[in-house]
Order: sequence, then C-alpha cells, then structure tokens
Amino acid sequence: MRRHLLAALCGLALLAGPAAAQQEVRPAIVFDMGGRFDRSFNEAVHRGGQEFQRATGIQVAEFEVTAEPQREQALRNFARRGQDPIVAVGFAQRAAVETVAREFPNTRFVVLDSFVDLPNVRSVLFREEQGSYLAGMMAAMASRSGRIGFVGGMDIPLIRKFACGYVQGARAVNPQIQVFQNMTGSTPAAWRDPVRGSELARSQIERGADVIFHAAGGTGRGVLQAAADAGRLGIGVDSNQNHLHPGHVLTSMLKRVDVAARLAFEEARAGRFTGGRQVLGLAEDGVGVAFDEHNDRLVTAEMRQRVDRARAEIVAGRVSVHDFMTDNNCPVN
Amino acid sequence: MEAALDLIVPILAATLRVATPLILAALAGLFAERSGVVDVGLEGKMLAGAFAAAATAAVTGDVWLGLGAAILASSALALLHAFACVTLRGSQVVSGMAINVLAAGLTATLALAWFRQGGQTPALPPDGRFQPIALPGAQWIAEVPLLGRLVVGVLGGHTAPVYLALLLVPLAAFVLWRTRFGLRLRACGEAPGAVDAAGVSVAKLRYAGVMIAGLLCGTAGATISTAQGAAFSTDMTAGRGFIALAALILANWKPWPVLWTCLLFGLLDAVAIRLQGVPVPGLGVPFPVQAVQALPYILTVILLAGFVGRAVAPRAVGIPYVKER
Repeated sequence: MRRHLLAALCGLALLAGPAAAQQEVRPAIVFDMGGRFDRSFNEAVHRGGQEFQRATGIQVAEFEVTAEPQREQALRNFARRGQDPIVAVGFAQRAAVETVAREFPNTRFVVLDSFVDLPNVRSVLFREEQGSYLAGMMAAMASRSGRIGFVGGMDIPLIRKFACGYVQGARAVNPQIQVFQNMTGSTPAAWRDPVRGSELARSQIERGADVIFHAAGGTGRGVLQAAADAGRLGIGVDSNQNHLHPGHVLTSMLKRVDVAARLAFEEARAGRFTGGRQVLGLAEDGVGVAFDEHNDRLVTAEMRQRVDRARAEIVAGRVSVHDFMTDNNCPVN
Repeated sequence: MEAALDLIVPILAATLRVATPLILAALAGLFAERSGVVDVGLEGKMLAGAFAAAATAAVTGDVWLGLGAAILASSALALLHAFACVTLRGSQVVSGMAINVLAAGLTATLALAWFRQGGQTPALPPDGRFQPIALPGAQWIAEVPLLGRLVVGVLGGHTAPVYLALLLVPLAAFVLWRTRFGLRLRACGEAPGAVDAAGVSVAKLRYAGVMIAGLLCGTAGATISTAQGAAFSTDMTAGRGFIALAALILANWKPWPVLWTCLLFGLLDAVAIRLQGVPVPGLGVPFPVQAVQALPYILTVILLAGFVGRAVAPRAVGIPYVKER
C-alpha cells in the first residue's frame, strides 16, 4: 500500500516537475575514510558540493565515514531523510550503495570509482591511466637520473591502474627509464600512514629516483614531504597538490571528482539525471595534469608542448593507454 | 664490496629510523609492566603525543615545545590509566583499550575542531620539526676504509629522538637493575606483597612505573609526527604501539633484548620496503611483502607457543594489589 502511495506521489512529482522547470533536490555526500579535508580525493568532492551550494543556495548535506559499518548507516539515513541524489565517494562504498539503492529505488545515487548495476545508480569511473600517462611523461622529462618512482596506497587493481599508466607514459618519453614501484600495504590503513609513505619515498630516492608520483591518499603527504626534503620532485594526485611544497611538486594528476559530483547535482536539478556507467577521461576533462603558479618554474615549454600533443593524440584515439583493470595485467613494468 | 655497502647502509639507517618509536614505546611498556601494570594503551598514548606535538609545533613553530606538549598529553592519559588500575583496582586491559579508543577519537575530533583540515594538522615549518644532526667528526670517521662509511652512513644524520632512544636503553637497564628504585619497581611486578611487607608503597611505585611509560610514549609520539613525519594525521601511529608490545614480549621484559627485538622489527620493515616488487633470485616472482609485514606477529605467536625459548611475564602483572589486613 505504502509503495503504491509512494509511486503515486512520485508520479505527481514528475507531473509537477516540468512546470517548475527545475526540480527540488536535497543533495548529500558520504565521504570515504580519510575525511572531507584530506587534501586529496574527498576534499575534491567536497569542493564540488560547495560549488553547487554557492551557485544554487541549496544546502549539500555531508557525512564523514570513520568506521566500516557507518557507510551503510549513513547512506540509509540520508535516503530515509529524503536526501536525493546521494554521492558516495570511493570504491569501498560499492557494497553499501548496492544494498541501500535496492532499498530505496526512488532515490538516486552516485558512486565514484566503482560500478553498481542498478537503474537508480550512476557509476562514475575515471580513466586514471590516461592522466597518469601524462604524469609519467612529465616525470620522465624532468628526471635527470633516468630513474623515477611510484608509491601506491593500498594494493588494489585501481592503484595498479595508476601505476601502469604512469609507467607507460614514462616509457613513451624514455624507453630505458627505470621505474620503482611500491605499495604501502594491503589494508585500508595504507591510506593513512604518512610515516611509511616517507620511508618508501626515501628508499626510492636512495636508489636514485628523482621524481616520485604517489597515489596513496593521506600516506602521500609523507611521500611529497620526503621528496621535498631531499630536494627531489613529487607528483600529487586527485586534487591539485602543487601548493603543498611549491617548487617541489612537479604536477598533480587531477581526477575531477568535483566535476562529477557537481554535474550529478546539477543534472538532477535540471531533471536530466541518468543512471548507468559514466566514464570520464582526458576527452571529458575528467582527468588531467595540473599547471599553476606553483609549478610553472618546473615545467618547461617542451614539457608542456609534448604533454599537450600526447593529450590530443589520446583524445583522438591515435594513442591508446592500456587500462590495468581490463585484464589485471600491465604490459610494462 | 662498495655495491653491497650501497645496499646495506640505507637499509640499516632506515632500520634505526623505523625502530626509534618502537624502542621508546617498548621501554614505556617495560616500566609499566615491570611495576605490575599491563599497558595495552601504548598505542593511544603515542597517538595523543603525536597529536599534541604536531599541534603545538604547528602553532608555536618550536619542536621542543611540541615534545613537551606530547609528554604532557601522554602523561595525562597515563595518570588516568594509573588511577583506574592502581587506585580503583580496575581491569588493566580494559583501561588500556579504553585509552586507545579515547585517544583515537579525541585526537581526530580536536584536530578537526582546531585546524579544520579533516583530522590533520598543518604542515610543520622546518623549526617545528626535528632536523637531522650531523655526526661529530663525520668527515674523519668517513676516511676509515669501509667501516667509516658504514658508521657514518648508518649512525650519522639522524634526528635527536633516534639518539635519545639509543641512550635510553642503557639508562633503563641501569635504573631497573642497578638502583634501589628499579629493584623495588621490579619487585612490585613479581611479589607486591613482599614490597608492602618491607614498608614500601606498592601504589606509589606502580604510579611511578605507569607515569614513566607516559613520558616515554609521549616522546615516541612526538617522534612519529615531528621527526619522521611533518604533521599529524588521523591514526598515524598505525599499530606501532602493538608492535612495541610484541617486541616487549619477545624481549622477555628485559631492556637490552627490547633494543634487539625492536631493531629486528625495524630491520624487517626496512627490508620489506626495499625488497617490495623486487623479483626473488631463482624464484622469478616479486617478494611477498605481506609475509614480511606479518613476521613480527608470527614471531611473537611462535614465542608465546613456546617454540623458541619462553616468554616469562612479571608474575604479578595484571593483578591489582590489595593490601593484606
């Protein structure tokens, strides 16, 4: 009975929708572990939500997950309170989103970095390998020693995908370049151990690496710190981290989760929200490398030119970057 | 030979760096448990220390004030532990775990409320961090063939807490085994009744043991956030307190063995970092890092099972002392 009533109400809402042109939305974001101000992934989503809030005056509700069981609770609470659409940040929320999205088929969900096959869920995936490819090219061009490094967070296929794109880009510039790869650990704690991150970076620096790319969340702060302390270069990830150590961060591989979140809210408001898979790559400006006043002295004109050319070729499909997650294998290492 | 040194020197230097907070925390556990109070709250006290150090150093720009704040914060938790365990005669394991949970939540909440960076503190300026200290006379020692490079490479260029930790081991051994205070403290952990019969206050000694543990844990925490790292971030101690506890058990509650087991765990960690992704000769596959990471725990379990020697805890550890009438 209640379901029928709900369906009827929804129908009414749909009828009323076009008249108002814009639908009322009550957006919400559930952050992953690491928190809203991690200067990285979560913070980027937070910024996207804030942009939407500033532009429309609509309050974006937020929740920071600090323990595993909270994910499902947080999503369910938001759905029950009528928040819609709800953005869930991070691959770790996949199972929780799947469960709650089934319970609330009329609430729209967005899951970042993972795929949930339900009609009311939009799964936003990024072509990290393409952005990492450009970062790898820049690292290879900036390296004087012919040795560069990569520090990943938790050892999962997604992070291997970053590493694989990075190596491919570096090899495209210098086929002989040596790339050291380290993963911080195999548990979620690997995202929050800056001390271990800096040890890993130091071990790579001692072996001769002079540019180190991290894809390790909070652990990466230690990586960038160690690179800056040793007078080498780091490469940031997800958000623009060039400002953390100006002059010591070559660039940052951007993952525009802020755009993904903002788009979802805006489209929901305009009544154009769609479920299904959305893949954002270089062509959609979903990934990229950061250039700003903090790294302009590090980036040469040649570097900029080659990166722009590679970007155009990837967008045009003339260069294809292998995606580790398609076959759990990397052709180079 | 030069090539071997190139490999060995950085690994040994990393061993010392990684082992430092473990040594400090394990010595903390040593004092608490030798006095008869189980201390599973090492992790929480370290975390509180790490936060207090990074927060104070970020605001004042002075690393030593940071260290002072770390010791204060950690000692406050230690006092709580002593009050619960000695005065109220509560369960020592429960009190220790409560301290861990309290510290994890409190540091994250305070960091969020004070600095608005999601449980992190701002990155520290150079004066807010322990800087590497050059070994005095390094250039002359380095002249000595082979050995010189080894000494300078491994022992030189560390931060103050590394040297402090190394100096504290003989000091702890001296205090616990060669002074009246140490003897009485150990007696508290073995036969508190005898100490009481001799007219010495068990409660006072146990308070002293737990408070010394607080002091050392604070130093360990400051090491993590202001010597090894350059900011506090949520849960940054990442289980080091429990590794230190494992080292303490493996060391049979003795100061010098504490140094060796902590260095062993540090070495395992340093080797795991170095060997990750390196194909094992003859095997062809990359080195299984998880196996190395699990080794400290496996070693402890094997020891507790009685395969290599025996771990003998202080006899009265974990039992609240009730004065006989």
